[in-house]
Amino acid sequence: MRLQLTEDQRALRAAMRDVLGRWSDAGRPGDAGFRLDRSLWRALGELGVFSLRLPEAAGGAGLGLPETVLVFEEAGRALLPGPLVATHLAAGEVPGAADGDVVVAAADGRIVEWLEEADVVRPGAEGAVAIKSVDPLTPLHRVPAPAPADPVAVLLTAAEQLGTATRACELAVQHARTREQFGQPIGGFQAVKHLCAQMLVRVEVARAAVYAAAVTEDRTDIAAARLLADEAAIRGGRDCLQVHGGMGFTWESEVHLLLKRAWVRAQRGGGGTESEELLAADLVA
Amino acid sequence: MDLSYTPEEEEFRARLREWLGKALPTLPPKPSPDDWPGRRAYDLGWQRTLYDAGYADVHWGSSPTIRLIFLEETEKAGAPYVGAGFVGLLHAGPTIAAEGTAEQRERWLPPILRGEEVWCQGFSEPDAGSDLASLRTRARRDGDDYVVTGSKIWTSHAEVADWCELLVRTDPDAPKHRGITWLAMPMDAPGITVRPLRTLAGSDEFAEVFLDEVRVPVANRIGDENDGWRVTMVTLSFERGTAFVGEVVACRRVLGELAVEARRNGRWGDPVLRRRLGRLNAEFRALWRLTQWNVSEAEGGSGVPGVGGSVFKLRYSHARQELFDAAAEVLGAGALDLDAPWVVDRLSSLSYTIAAGTSQIQQNIVAERILGLPKGR
Repeated sequence: MRLQLTEDQRALRAAMRDVLGRWSDAGRPGDAGFRLDRSLWRALGELGVFSLRLPEAAGGAGLGLPETVLVFEEAGRALLPGPLVATHLAAGEVPGAADGDVVVAAADGRIVEWLEEADVVRPGAEGAVAIKSVDPLTPLHRVPAPAPADPVAVLLTAAEQLGTATRACELAVQHARTREQFGQPIGGFQAVKHLCAQMLVRVEVARAAVYAAAVTEDRTDIAAARLLADEAAIRGGRDCLQVHGGMGFTWESEVHLLLKRAWVRAQRGGGGTESEELLAADLVA
Repeated sequence: MDLSYTPEEEEFRARLREWLGKALPTLPPKPSPDDWPGRRAYDLGWQRTLYDAGYADVHWGSSPTIRLIFLEETEKAGAPYVGAGFVGLLHAGPTIAAEGTAEQRERWLPPILRGEEVWCQGFSEPDAGSDLASLRTRARRDGDDYVVTGSKIWTSHAEVADWCELLVRTDPDAPKHRGITWLAMPMDAPGITVRPLRTLAGSDEFAEVFLDEVRVPVANRIGDENDGWRVTMVTLSFERGTAFVGEVVACRRVLGELAVEARRNGRWGDPVLRRRLGRLNAEFRALWRLTQWNVSEAEGGSGVPGVGGSVFKLRYSHARQELFDAAAEVLGAGALDLDAPWVVDRLSSLSYTIAAGTSQIQQNIVAERILGLPKGR
């Protein structure tokens, strides 16, 4: 038993982080508005983000959910825009999805992300109505009938939430170390310190749950992972904002983008209520 | 990422399960909670049974994963908890094993493993709780003895203990961490007074121990004089590894029982309560994974779990309190009846965010040692 990453998994994560780091240095997300950056999408395709789990014979990397979870965690950490999970799940089923030539959106729960920019929408978007998205980096439509939740989509969303939660914790700690008030870094005050400590605790609990669910592929484990990852991302975003004080409330700060994306993702897969009911049912199964 | 156990580990589990199936039915009846001599005999008897079956030193001599399996399986089978053997097996024993001389190990370790001697812990003092290193119990050297005067608190099993792992101040002028010494004090020495301390749960789980010119041989010192703080840290880090394996297993069982009770008494129809229990299921599943994470971390590293234990303890102590609060919601007015299940557990759970490092201290540890935030207040 070793829940920690293997050498190969570490290398994969580092490679993904490296590529995404160069991308986000080149241009902050949102500079393109609601236009999906097709060159980025093809670059992700070349990197193998979408074809990761396809067999090698089909042009994929033949990797499993644990590796995929690591890649989506990094995507969440970099706040990468676009219907990543939907396109990944379409690879091998929708021609062009695996290479990043075709953008695939999905009705998930009662929302569709990136509907107008997508080439294909699965399973369909009957009666979709555009809404003014709370997340400035994710265009949204609402659909009247809830689409069924795919456990793999739920797990990969949890991985994205984990990455965002990690990023929120990093940003908060960075700010707490450097921002000075009363003649000292605010991270020296226990009130701030404890906010940061709890952010890390939520991240580590979510990480153990997400990685384990990627290994077991068990529906109940996935439901648990999503609840803890949603909590880590949403509360992490809130606490990160709090640590940043007034600057955290500004549009120019990155902090609100983390929180808003976390809110969007928490609506996927039927929302947390469905996962709670599934976990409750498991107790009396 | 791998959750599978090796064939050797699976074999250990299977053998243990089989043995537990045979050994547990032969246990004597459980003594009542306030029958201290009875509890001592019961707990030591179980340790002797483990010893005879070859499981005595599982806490010291085995890999973290084997320890995890042992604690998981014994809890699942409903085997006795370590009880009066706690300090000896999980604190004093490992410390002596790591820091004692060959002679000291020979004197104290076999009786712990054979279930013959009980240890208690004399660390905290009325004025040295979270700030343990400020302890003031004095020990002055007099020939081949230390002469110890002071008072200790929160000492479990003091009434029935043979030995006390005792922290004393041997150099009042040194910086506080550098004037402390670790002694093994015989509990029958003249000058020791034990006064039970009643907890809010109504039990005499702890005691205060008053020391008046108690003579402890210098030969009973573990490690060097004034090096006791470092010696103690060995013990504390040991404690935060697999310490809660059995409890997480037990909490998951309680959660299942709560769901069954809620279905029986009709409260299961309340979606708010149902989802609360569902969320607790997620919580304890994740805590089990975090346990596995910490154990595999210890397996790969030094064998001594590090600050990851603080992350675990922070979350677990809170989750345990949430669990028994949820139990109270399932019970309704029944939660006011001390004879109802889980009600005393709910009271006991209140100590979890305080004992062995309060949640506030744990958050300081996480923030300073893991996140690298500056020390301060």
